[in-house]
Amino acid sequence: MLEITGIHRGIVIDHIKAGLGYKIFKELKLQDVAYPTALIRNVHSNKLGKKDLIKIDNVIDLNLNVLGLIDPNLTITIIENGQVIEKKQIKLPETVVGILSCKNPRCITTTEHNVDTTFHLVNPQTKEYRCEFCNTRAKL
Amino acid sequence: MEEQEEIFTLADQIMANEGQYLDICRGKLLSTLFYEPSTRTRFSFEAAMLRLGGQVVGFSEPNSSSVSKGESIADTIRTVGCYADIAVIRHPKEGAPKLASKNANIPVINAGDGGHQHPTQTLTDLLTIRSLKKSINHQVIGLCGDLKFGRTAHSLVKALNKYENIRFIFISPIELTIPEYILEDLDPGSYTLTDNLDEVIDQLDILYMTRIQKERFFNEEEYLRLKGYYILTKDKLATAKEDMIVMHPLPRVDEICSDVDDDPRAVYFKQAKFGMYVRMALILKLLGGA
Ligand SMILES: [Zn+2]
Repeated sequence: MLEITGIHRGIVIDHIKAGLGYKIFKELKLQDVAYPTALIRNVHSNKLGKKDLIKIDNVIDLNLNVLGLIDPNLTITIIENGQVIEKKQIKLPETVVGILSCKNPRCITTTEHNVDTTFHLVNPQTKEYRCEFCNTRAKL
Repeated sequence: MEEQEEIFTLADQIMANEGQYLDICRGKLLSTLFYEPSTRTRFSFEAAMLRLGGQVVGFSEPNSSSVSKGESIADTIRTVGCYADIAVIRHPKEGAPKLASKNANIPVINAGDGGHQHPTQTLTDLLTIRSLKKSINHQVIGLCGDLKFGRTAHSLVKALNKYENIRFIFISPIELTIPEYILEDLDPGSYTLTDNLDEVIDQLDILYMTRIQKERFFNEEEYLRLKGYYILTKDKLATAKEDMIVMHPLPRVDEICSDVDDDPRAVYFKQAKFGMYVRMALILKLLGGA
């Protein structure tokens, strides 16, 4: 397995479904930061077969909602002084405000300015979200 | 469902004792915000409020208002909330009434949002059935005409599906058949599809007619050919049950011949009256007067 330098203080996003690592890396805008980061792709995983992994040598605010939408199965580990201090399990958010946009051209959120789109989780198994306004299914 | 039943009970009380409700909303103001014209629905709401002793202000098309200056729905409803006690909104975009109610400090009633919902029409239909057939349960209902795009038909099917022992007969040309996503929610044993009204009319307790619009067809001949099958005439009623009722959300064009109007089974004008009563009940309930 590929050896990555240990992190003293930072975040490890693990168990990312292979292929989604780059999307999350971009979503967190890690390509623009000055501190060390690593995106490791296609690592062998007993659980997933292959997985992606991101290491961030800094403690930053993560929008767990966004990460949960991209891959609800990933895990987040926070490291301080070389020790794991917190493991966060991602869950699909019940409600997503902003972020997603409604695909229904007849939906009021497509024309009205300054409206936050709002989607509610109706089925966690199928990751199905529906628009609060027009009830249209969101594609993730 | 429980709320719905409360509205029906209140509507019953109003119909039985209209005199007692003449002044009940005195001093209250209803605002009608019609972002697209719908004279019929607007009149029904206005009549409902006036008959409760309240008053009405509003606009009936968007270019007569600040809307044409680009004001957001959120701002409009906040402003309206400063002087009205309750608002009714009709909008061509889906979810607009929901958006308004999220920003409002007064009750907001959806009077139709695009092809999405028109809840007071559905309440009207249910109250009509409940009043004229004594119960909403145990009915065989035939829905006839444009079942593909007909919003009122879709909402009625969804609403009736919550009642007991309802059998649906969907009568339409194949081009305008009821969408699969509506059928998915129904028990497969509870419905039949047909393109022939004559063959099924004798089974029906309720015949719900809808309009077939010309623009749904590729060509004029096809439209004229099919339209004829779905026009209700006095002759077609010959085999129907004596106590069947014929409903229509109105306005009708030519899908029901005028010679049907005198038949006691034709209840579509009564239906419009039930529409006013159900709106009176809804307004009264939302204003906390019930
Ligand atoms: Zn929407």
